[in-house]
Amino acid sequence: MNAVMNKVVTNAKYVLPIFKREFASYFATPLAYVFIVIFLLTMGAFTFYVGHFYENGIADLSVFFAYHPWLYLFLVPAISMRLWADERRTGTMELLLTLPIPLWATVLGKYLAAWAFTGIALALTFPIWLTVNYLGEPDNGVIFASYIGSFLVAGGYLAIGACISASTSNQVIAFVVSVAVCFLFTVSGAPLVLDVFQAWAPMALTDAVASLSVVTHFNAITQGVLDLRDIVFFLSLIALFLAANIVVVDLKKGG
Amino acid sequence: MIEIEGLTKRFGPVTAVAGLSLSVAKGEVLGFLGPNGAGKSTTMKMITGFLTPDAGRASICGHDIETDTTAAQALIGYLPEGAPAYGDMTVRQFLAFIAEVRGFSGAEAKARVTAVVEKTDLGPVLEQPIETLSKGFKRRVGLAQAILHDPPVLIMDEPTDGLDPNQKHSVRGLIQAMAAEKAIIISTHLLEEVDAICTRAVIIDRGGVVADGTPAELLARSRYHNAVTLTLAENDAEGVVAKLKALGGVAQVERKLIGNAVRLTAFPKSGSLLIEQVSQLASRENWTLKELYAEPGRLDEVFRAITTSDAARAKAARA
Repeated sequence: MNAVMNKVVTNAKYVLPIFKREFASYFATPLAYVFIVIFLLTMGAFTFYVGHFYENGIADLSVFFAYHPWLYLFLVPAISMRLWADERRTGTMELLLTLPIPLWATVLGKYLAAWAFTGIALALTFPIWLTVNYLGEPDNGVIFASYIGSFLVAGGYLAIGACISASTSNQVIAFVVSVAVCFLFTVSGAPLVLDVFQAWAPMALTDAVASLSVVTHFNAITQGVLDLRDIVFFLSLIALFLAANIVVVDLKKGG
Repeated sequence: MIEIEGLTKRFGPVTAVAGLSLSVAKGEVLGFLGPNGAGKSTTMKMITGFLTPDAGRASICGHDIETDTTAAQALIGYLPEGAPAYGDMTVRQFLAFIAEVRGFSGAEAKARVTAVVEKTDLGPVLEQPIETLSKGFKRRVGLAQAILHDPPVLIMDEPTDGLDPNQKHSVRGLIQAMAAEKAIIISTHLLEEVDAICTRAVIIDRGGVVADGTPAELLARSRYHNAVTLTLAENDAEGVVAKLKALGGVAQVERKLIGNAVRLTAFPKSGSLLIEQVSQLASRENWTLKELYAEPGRLDEVFRAITTSDAARAKAARA
């Protein structure tokens, strides 16, 4: 047990400075404030105008959460696009990767900083939670689960975006490709995609594709059931893309 | 302290570094010279663990950079080409970050930052974002970052590039002050720098070592080494040239017209020291000289003689 603790402490020592620097860098420029304001405005706009929050007359946040995967589709790549592309463009990648920190810790530290930042943006939507509690008696368990689910969706998209950002020094390319790949993971459960597979593919493949859908798993969570399978899905998605991120950084160091 | 064996790196069809071997001991300041694209930066990137070599190995104080990367990197201070740093951080924040990464905390970290700021004269810009600094300050931030943990091995890619003569002088002083305790590799285009601070000069071309010796040894390879130059009035030139040629040690005399004066350079036959013979001859013959001096040799000429032009090199690399 002690050995394990020692290992955790040593590894945290590697990740922590990277995390702190990266996290602080969001607030060193207007990026953080612009992002948070836009994030809150679009969340609000979709909930009230598109989702008709008041007109529904139901005291829950389902209309609020329903739009999250779609908003993240554009907002999260805006965060992740600079994660590695900027380091590559300014040459700080060489500095970062010659510091005595293992590559996995650098990748993890940067990723966790970005995830924590989106977590803050998400947490700042709390007034809507206060509002719905003022207006009625919502199931706060469901709302809590939905927040966790939303955070996991953002985490999944971020991991995808981070990996793609590592493959280019161009932030615009990183953004566009990330949106496209995240889109595939968003819609893979929708008829748009499944119809293509259903026509010819075996049932198992169609099911496999459908099970990759972020929305399917997110919707399951917003029903108020924090099913282990859904959580495992998101965590595996994150782990997979972070592992790919490590490989991409390692392979593309030279140019 | 630095051991390099058969280091090789290819980028597609181009071989940037071809089987380079070197070893650098404590107390040495190795000047890494070579034309642009000769493989200096690529070699440094492999030694510091940024690039993975295609073949060969490099180790720092016994730690292999590929298999024991983090331990090796902890012993290196590295100033990458162009001195990259996070532009949105202030100098203090950036150095504090480096101190934390290097494993210092609390008072120790603060003391390290203070000491290094002192050494590199960064005090006046400590609270400024790095992106607002002039080139000279940026370079010194890179230098400060590299020496913060007092590493036994220091690798610097063009540490004085973009600095004015005063700044160059102070950076060179800084390097010299640390030299006794460390193994240092600096790459440079400035041949005077090699003369000023390096104990050893290595010239690389097309990815391999083409010369390795003390700056004095390199100078000795110059055609001008021990040559004697005299400047005198044009009218006297004919007679002087004839007398010079009659001297035993002189192989050849070259003349160059400067206004109404002539600059003569007498090249020695191999091994002979000319300056004594020539000065005696001059006083015997009562020549009126404006200048008389022995040439130590010209590094730039040695450099040109043993390296190739970039066009020829690009062609060879692709062959």
